[in-house]
Amino acid sequence: MNPLLQLLENGQPILLDGAMGTMLMDAGLEQGDPPDEWNVLYPERIKAIHRAYVDAGSQLILTNSFGGTRFRLEMHNLQDRVYELNKAAAKNARSVSDDVQQTVVVAGDIGPTGQLFEPMGLLTFDDAVEAFAEQAKGLADGGVDVLWIETMSDINEVKAAIKGIRSVCDLPIVATMSFDTHGHTMMGVSPANYIESLREQDVIAVGANCGTGSDELEKTVQIMRETDPNVVLVAKGNAGIPHVVAGGDIVYDGSPELMAEYATNVRDIGASLIGGCCGSTPDHIKAMAEALGK
Amino acid sequence: MNDEINLKEMGNEDILELMQEDLYDGYADEIIESIKELLSRQIPPYDILIKGLVAGMEVVGIDFRDGVLFVPEVLMAAKAMKSGMDLLRPLLAETGAPIKGTVVIGTVKGDIHDIGKNLVAMMLEGAGFDVVNLGINVSADDFIAAIEQHNADILGMSALLTTTMVYMRTVINALKDKGIRDDIIVLVGGAPLNDDFAEDIKADAYCRDAAIAVETANKFMELRKGK
Repeated sequence: MNPLLQLLENGQPILLDGAMGTMLMDAGLEQGDPPDEWNVLYPERIKAIHRAYVDAGSQLILTNSFGGTRFRLEMHNLQDRVYELNKAAAKNARSVSDDVQQTVVVAGDIGPTGQLFEPMGLLTFDDAVEAFAEQAKGLADGGVDVLWIETMSDINEVKAAIKGIRSVCDLPIVATMSFDTHGHTMMGVSPANYIESLREQDVIAVGANCGTGSDELEKTVQIMRETDPNVVLVAKGNAGIPHVVAGGDIVYDGSPELMAEYATNVRDIGASLIGGCCGSTPDHIKAMAEALGK
Repeated sequence: MNDEINLKEMGNEDILELMQEDLYDGYADEIIESIKELLSRQIPPYDILIKGLVAGMEVVGIDFRDGVLFVPEVLMAAKAMKSGMDLLRPLLAETGAPIKGTVVIGTVKGDIHDIGKNLVAMMLEGAGFDVVNLGINVSADDFIAAIEQHNADILGMSALLTTTMVYMRTVINALKDKGIRDDIIVLVGGAPLNDDFAEDIKADAYCRDAAIAVETANKFMELRKGK
């Protein structure tokens, strides 16, 4: 049985991991460098981040492949290495998961292409499907347990990603969007609208990630729960809001305590998959683990 | 095209009002028809720009700010406006119509996100600014070269990532080193930014969205002209 479906059957909330990007910066990634290339340049650093989350209590870790479509990799002239980099991302997370006794689900992270669909932009649905299929193939061959679509704004892009994944594998799919604009996604999708749009889609869980602060995310998840009392929900909020500190570094103002409170709040609303997005660290996840009785 | 509307039978004011509605709905073809009709009546291109396109985009901007419209609707409106501008621009140049100011805009180095930045660029153009859009992944040197070439009044910088927003400071420091920081208004925007960040990097203002960017650009240009 798929390990995520198995964990879900237990009925307990599942603790996800925290941010990857901000952790990579701390590990020495320079601004503008492609995080995805680190899967092959510095696999040990990527594994160390995964390991830190597992040690903090994460039961599901996301691969370092958020920008792994050819559209995103093109900026770094890496568009011909989609399969290789995604497969490496999956293998890094897989090896950390296989190293520990407990079940740690490996989720293949799929972020937006960064392109706009026709007629607003140039991206066609078919091209998007193909790009997501290419990424999903690498992740699946690298050994992920599920595919994890996140930070989406456009419902058509979610559907393209689902279709792309399904063209290459049968793994379970989770899909979340970022609701950061007046309670909607940037492209105007409301939480209720999102739930309705994905009813007929082949996903095992839906929800919200990123967005603005964790309090806004709680409201979003609440609306989703009210829209559908049965759907499996994901809550993956940012650790507060970014601030600049002396020296020019960026820090998120959400403390581990705040994220612990957020974790119990979204659990009470009915989220089954609970984690952190931008700015959250293993310390945040540890506090969330304790709050959730892990 | 709505067959029930016969432009020929409409007064100038009514056509200008129709243009605002068509802009709101993102109807590019209808905008073109209206502009052609008004031009055939010898209405000055500048009046069509201000009373039709700019007035229309103002409503779009307000509803975007208030969460009534979202990016898709605003982009379609901006596209319709752009079709209208393409028709008017050469005529505006011929008639020596006033330009509010010149803006150099771009997404900073390391960042490829240009949806919001393009929105700002189109809205500024709709508001009567001359906009030089440098695209994505723009270095400090490229920003400075464009500012000098176009004698820009305003520099607009965008970033979507916390990892790339810090490059804005690099650009502002480069402007200082060149001794041209005080000659230009620096506006910054993008999802992870806020007022504190703008102040910290010594930008002139943070603009939360495209509508506010236009308001802020207008305000600073008035201050500048009042000097």
